[in-house]
Amino acid sequence: MRVALFATCLVDGLFPDVARATVRLLRRLGHQVEFRQEQSCCGQMHLNTGYPAEALPLIRRQVEVFADCEAIVAPSGSCTGAIRHQYADTARRFGDERLAVAAEAVAARTYELSEFLVDVTGVTDVGGYFPHRVTYHPTCHSLRLLRVGDKPLALLRAVEGIDLVELPGAESCCGFGGTFALKNSAVSAAMLADKVAAVAATAASVCSAGDSSCLMHIGGGLSRLRVGARTMHLAEILASTRTEPALV
Amino acid sequence: MTYLGMPTAPAGVGQLRGTESFPAAAETALANGQLRRNLANATSTIRAKRAAVVSEVPDWQQLRAAAAAIKDDVLANLDSYLVQLEARVTEQGGVVHWARDATEANRIVTELVAATGAREVVKVKSMATQEIGLNQALEEAGILAYETDLAELIVQLGDDRPSHILVPAIHRNRTEIRDIFLAEMAGVHPGLTDDPPALAEAARTYLRQKFLTAKVAISGANFAIADTGTLMVVESEGNGRMCLTLPRTLITVMGIEKLLPTFSDLEVFLQLLPRSSTGERMNPYTSMWTGVHPGDGPQEFHLVLLDNGRTATLADDRGRAALRCIRCSACLNVCPVYERTGGHAYGSVYPGPIGAVLSPQLTGVADNPSLPFASTLCGACYDVCPVAIDIPSMLVHLRGRVNADKAAGHRLPVPEAAGMAAASWAMRGRRRWAWLLRAARLGRWARLARLSRSRTARRLLPPPLSSWTRSRDLPEPPAQTFRDWWAEQR
Repeated sequence: MRVALFATCLVDGLFPDVARATVRLLRRLGHQVEFRQEQSCCGQMHLNTGYPAEALPLIRRQVEVFADCEAIVAPSGSCTGAIRHQYADTARRFGDERLAVAAEAVAARTYELSEFLVDVTGVTDVGGYFPHRVTYHPTCHSLRLLRVGDKPLALLRAVEGIDLVELPGAESCCGFGGTFALKNSAVSAAMLADKVAAVAATAASVCSAGDSSCLMHIGGGLSRLRVGARTMHLAEILASTRTEPALV
Repeated sequence: MTYLGMPTAPAGVGQLRGTESFPAAAETALANGQLRRNLANATSTIRAKRAAVVSEVPDWQQLRAAAAAIKDDVLANLDSYLVQLEARVTEQGGVVHWARDATEANRIVTELVAATGAREVVKVKSMATQEIGLNQALEEAGILAYETDLAELIVQLGDDRPSHILVPAIHRNRTEIRDIFLAEMAGVHPGLTDDPPALAEAARTYLRQKFLTAKVAISGANFAIADTGTLMVVESEGNGRMCLTLPRTLITVMGIEKLLPTFSDLEVFLQLLPRSSTGERMNPYTSMWTGVHPGDGPQEFHLVLLDNGRTATLADDRGRAALRCIRCSACLNVCPVYERTGGHAYGSVYPGPIGAVLSPQLTGVADNPSLPFASTLCGACYDVCPVAIDIPSMLVHLRGRVNADKAAGHRLPVPEAAGMAAASWAMRGRRRWAWLLRAARLGRWARLARLSRSRTARRLLPPPLSSWTRSRDLPEPPAQTFRDWWAEQR
């Protein structure tokens, strides 16, 4: 299948390993991957902080860039969630019905990575190899906005050598919430402290998730408290093989 | 959208506004370790109970959809349902009063009580009367109001504020309650222990006197049925039943949105409410009354219909679904923010996720500008809401209203708005965005990431960065942006 990668602004600028892993994984599974340099940001930060007028040009751009793609894959539950649940509504709010219809078409072909693998291509065993103890944080928008359910876990369970341990209180928010982490930093930190303690309790060496933003938050806490676990995106674990193992 | 001309809840009366912003109040609450332990215990217990009894109901999602549809019908036709309710109540011997806001409602109730000559009233737990600050208004008129719900009594005796819709004293543990009773409850046994049955018995003994002597009771209402004129209160303790049946005069204060069209609509709501609020299949006491009946129950019944910003809320097509709320408090119990801060941080009697969307709409967003931002948008509230209020989307909408309101009050853009506009501009241009990503990586970011890892250096970082670095390190910047790597591969 021809797959257009939507890297997301955060991954593009700060976590390129995640996008590289997504490309490697999709190619290994036989897909042709393209990356359109015109892409930038889905506008989620603007939308969720209450700046829909500033998000509108970003929505328009995203829809134009990906309009003719067969499948658009993003290594992010929250960016996919913004595209799927906020784009058309925002366009209509500004009276742009044409953009709304185009946005619905793009949203219908935009997938979070685990959705694409399991729902679109019907694969749960991606042939990964990752001999480490891993715990998984399901992330709120993947869980409650996209309803990916246990697709990421099904993918991880099929990885050879993995020691997957359940994260206590997995479904609790890590406290990131975009600009919430800055506007309500004390509450955010209190939530993070509980998440970090839960990760530490698993004795996992890797805490994984399907969203680099949540991982940046959890990773910042793990590093600050020297828990000894690191964060890795789901894509990085799935991309890891015996011949090209991911470094932990 | 026309918000102009719709009166919001007035300031200076009642409890819909805090004295400080949510982040500031939350900081104080977070420093209280006892409060956090009490809240974590209480919310996790009730969460588990709710989840268990909800999972027993196979058509739960259909019930939610039905409840949302019934409430939306009520909100769309509120004008005719309210007039219908007034007619039915009046036909059956009740008197209906219309209160535009808290001040009017307080005046109406105070005058009604004064007309009976009573100096004391007993109260059924009610959010509406907390919202309008009725107890204080009565006190100013020389009338003492006695809360009879155990938790409200604890709050009242402790000269405290409720911190939860259903469990107003959730922030107190039993030892604190024992201490409050010993200090404030007239006639309490000095050897009172903190054993829950002993505490309940002390309250029972104290309240029984009040029930038997009170001439006037004041209640709220969970539901009012438009086509029969029936009012309803659901409760767990039976104190409400005492208040609703023993005194001669009953005054009910009810928000105008608490209507249901027909009696049979209760079938839906009485399945949803107890499971969502207390985690019970059925609540112990359901009291209903229709007008007055000679020789049976109160001989005088007044219904005060309260607006206090509800019509203004109704005017916002993206915010009005907040008026579906049946005050079950399930959203509070699952909210990770509420669980850490408790209810007082929200400033309003309506805390948690529903408070964050309801309070700013009742008061107007200018008076509660920090509440719509008091959420990570994790969505747990929407999942449990029995009337399917999409609270996360509503929070996002209200954030937009807050920002627009701030912009309207400033000639220059506020820094955040300027930053957002600049980011939007930068992200729109392929070259400038690629350049910016590269520049951030090569320039300051690496240094900032290093500083964030040093205990002494990070103290020097400016806001808003310091809000991040006070409890989290920054990620190390990569050697290359993804788009540059991709371009190189070709």
